[in-house]
Amino acid sequence: MSRRGEISHSLQEFGQVSRRGFLKLSGLAGGGMMLGWGVTGFAADETTLVGSAELNAYVQVQGDGKIIIYSGSPEMGQGIKTSLPMIVAEEMGADWADVTVVQAPEVDPEKYGRQSTGGSYTLYLNWNLMREMGATARDMFLAAAAIALEVPKAELKAEGSRVIHLPSGESRTYGQLAALAHKQPLPSKESLTFKDREDYRILGQSISQVDSLEIVTGVGDFGIDTKVADMLFGCYVKCPAVGGTLISANIDEVKRQPGVVDAWIIKGNGDVRELMDGVGIVGTDTWSVFKAREALEARWDEGNASKDSWQKFVAFAEAQPATGDKIVIEAGDVDAAFTSPDHKVISQLYEYPYLSHLCLEPMNCTAHYQSSSAGQDQLELWLPTQNGPRVQEMVKARYGIGKDAVKIHMKRMGGSFGRRTSQEYVIEAIELSKRSGRPVKLTWTREDSMRYDFLREGGFTHMKGAVNAEGQVVALEEHVVGVAPGGTPSRFTGPWASAFPFSTMQHVRASLTTMRMDTPVGPWRAPYSNTHAFASQSFFDELAALAGRDPIDLMLSLMGDRRWVKPDDIRSINTGRAIDVIQSVKASSGWGRTLPAARGLGFAFYFCHAAHVAEVAEVSVDASGQVTLHKVWAAVDVGPIINMSGATSQVQGSIIDGFSAMAGQKITMEDGRIQQTNLDRYPVLRIDQAPEVEVTFIQSDFDPTGLGEPGLPPLAPAVANAIFAATGRRVRKMPLTDAGFRV
Amino acid sequence: MPDYQLNINNKSVSVSAPADMPLLWVLRDLVGLTGTKYGCGIGQCGACTVRLAGAPVRSCSLPVSAAEGAKIATIEGLAKDGALSTLQAVWIEEDVAQCGYCQAGQLMSASALLEQNVNPTDADIDQAMSGNYCRCGTYIRIRKAIHTAAAKVREGDQA
Repeated sequence: MSRRGEISHSLQEFGQVSRRGFLKLSGLAGGGMMLGWGVTGFAADETTLVGSAELNAYVQVQGDGKIIIYSGSPEMGQGIKTSLPMIVAEEMGADWADVTVVQAPEVDPEKYGRQSTGGSYTLYLNWNLMREMGATARDMFLAAAAIALEVPKAELKAEGSRVIHLPSGESRTYGQLAALAHKQPLPSKESLTFKDREDYRILGQSISQVDSLEIVTGVGDFGIDTKVADMLFGCYVKCPAVGGTLISANIDEVKRQPGVVDAWIIKGNGDVRELMDGVGIVGTDTWSVFKAREALEARWDEGNASKDSWQKFVAFAEAQPATGDKIVIEAGDVDAAFTSPDHKVISQLYEYPYLSHLCLEPMNCTAHYQSSSAGQDQLELWLPTQNGPRVQEMVKARYGIGKDAVKIHMKRMGGSFGRRTSQEYVIEAIELSKRSGRPVKLTWTREDSMRYDFLREGGFTHMKGAVNAEGQVVALEEHVVGVAPGGTPSRFTGPWASAFPFSTMQHVRASLTTMRMDTPVGPWRAPYSNTHAFASQSFFDELAALAGRDPIDLMLSLMGDRRWVKPDDIRSINTGRAIDVIQSVKASSGWGRTLPAARGLGFAFYFCHAAHVAEVAEVSVDASGQVTLHKVWAAVDVGPIINMSGATSQVQGSIIDGFSAMAGQKITMEDGRIQQTNLDRYPVLRIDQAPEVEVTFIQSDFDPTGLGEPGLPPLAPAVANAIFAATGRRVRKMPLTDAGFRV
Repeated sequence: MPDYQLNINNKSVSVSAPADMPLLWVLRDLVGLTGTKYGCGIGQCGACTVRLAGAPVRSCSLPVSAAEGAKIATIEGLAKDGALSTLQAVWIEEDVAQCGYCQAGQLMSASALLEQNVNPTDADIDQAMSGNYCRCGTYIRIRKAIHTAAAKVREGDQA
């Protein structure tokens, strides 16, 4: 169905699995079995590993029937800690009630597989691996039961954590079989069979997150909750404008503050992803170090600091022409289409702001640096991160401490959305621990977290399009005016040649102009897609109006025949899948029905993260401009659903998050300073503003792909188009509160 | 530094802390109850919600000196004698959480609501819960879980 090797290769940016060795097996005390990754270089003879407690474990079956499945992927609310083990449990024929999921106790991709997450690709990249793991275990239990029951293996069936002899009804539990199962030969990968979808007992069901109990009882394993013996609490103060260097600070005065144990001026290396100049403070509790900051008087040299001005960026963007400096995509003859007397042509400028990640758990890390006078320094980290392997690389490069001397405890993340992919908060914690000689929990204030974010970049897109006399869109041009921190264009500014709808258009051009803006930017839930969908799919609605066409009919006609535009490439749109979700949402939303005055439906489709998603929003706007989003219908094709509860939740959340951002969120900067540094100036959608959401999944037979991001991009254009339907006013600027509306 | 006798989850706890130290940091760093979360520090997000004399309060903005003498209830005390409260059990059944960080605050606000009103309308829920942000957007399930838990409480379950 898809060429997985190619995809893996193209996803190296997310931190790729090193080539898997082979499955490994070991016995457990008490007669259990363990099955896990092989480490290349170990002997193939599993007897060399029997009894090794450090075996690369993925699945353990204990003599009492308890099944432990390790989850190696970082969990940030996307549900991967539940969904990947569900796949293993399904294929091995386990009863989910017997399964306990444990976070992998360390970061070592050679043992635990890919331990970074991003791009909504974790599920896709692990699907076959998890199935292989489960099917291998199932085969070994079947082989063990064949011996125990003295019957042919072909007469046996694995189900509900037991093997049943179908002719006699006799059975053995996995617990009873574990000791014998682990002595069975490992089946070859080629011999494995996977279950048919109609036989699934676990996949597709609604299963509550494996950490639900810990979350509702307040003992959840978040990084910020880390407690280590002898631990100090720390903070790190940087220049108000990113990039400033520290000239001097009244360190002695800071050290005299109540609860402060020590404080230092720390020189950075000027890399915002590693370590900037700052004042580090450690103390007896978080409050004391936060409070000591008020006594800090620091002098900063802002010669090389950001001078960014949002207002100047606006003025720059508005002065740009339809075509930018750098042509990224050019196909057909756009200019001929725009100058043809038979075509109607419009152009508009779309604007979208910088956004904060606003993970509710502020940035934090606990580090324990142990210097050694003779030999290797040791480092232990309690770390909420999307990318532990990259932290290991930086620690090696910066401190010369190799992977074997770094112990990383992967902590549940209180949201991430792409934020916890940098390392500077880790390095700050390490520096404080190294200086104090004790474990230090570094906590950023909310203000730190908003001031020193890697923001979703703001930007502008000049849209231009032509429709012909038959009401078809014949040409499209997009000119992105984006940002270039330090002079290098951000890759999330766009435009991306692979993006929808470029690949489906005959005459199309996309170009880029950037302005140097030094405020750091980074991936924010569905990067690029979250701005491109707004500009391109709101403008699409404008083209439909220009053509006098229903936007859904026009989109279906643009899709044309059912085809995979680049066959077997999951990053390429499949128009058949697109048509199916569009037809689905058209039906579920009652598209075309009559609505009261000042109430409207808006439609948007987008393809990203291998997901085809169509959404319809129902909005009303009162005379004062108050917008109410009543309901959103979503139709989604990400292949078979693993966890129906988790999948539905991700789509609901993406829609609410998308509306939250669209409604009133905007980060601006002047003189290099972020102007919104806490929630009093950066509103989050509240429960009374949340729409009803109805999700329909088209469970096609393609390999399953992830849902952390793709539900978000279509929301903003769907709402913008609904506002137009309700009021006749176009929304070409986010947030809505900047476009003359209230939410 | 002054000493305070606090009643936390029906246990007497003594702490030495500056008078202006917010209850949030007393709970988290001095007492070791980290279920109550730091989100914004200015009483906007509700992640730090605890109950003081029954009422939901933002512990990030409540000095410890103002918390002495009143019963303080935190998420760690919501389960009684090892049994989950109805709200907690429903929260698990309905799979409410995504990242989970705000949920302690959500549950404390919801528990205060149910204690006052076992038959809340959507408007009642909006009013009681609108001080608790969820960046992940779990509001739909929070609303449903409160309705479900309220129905169970009306049938005799303990809130």
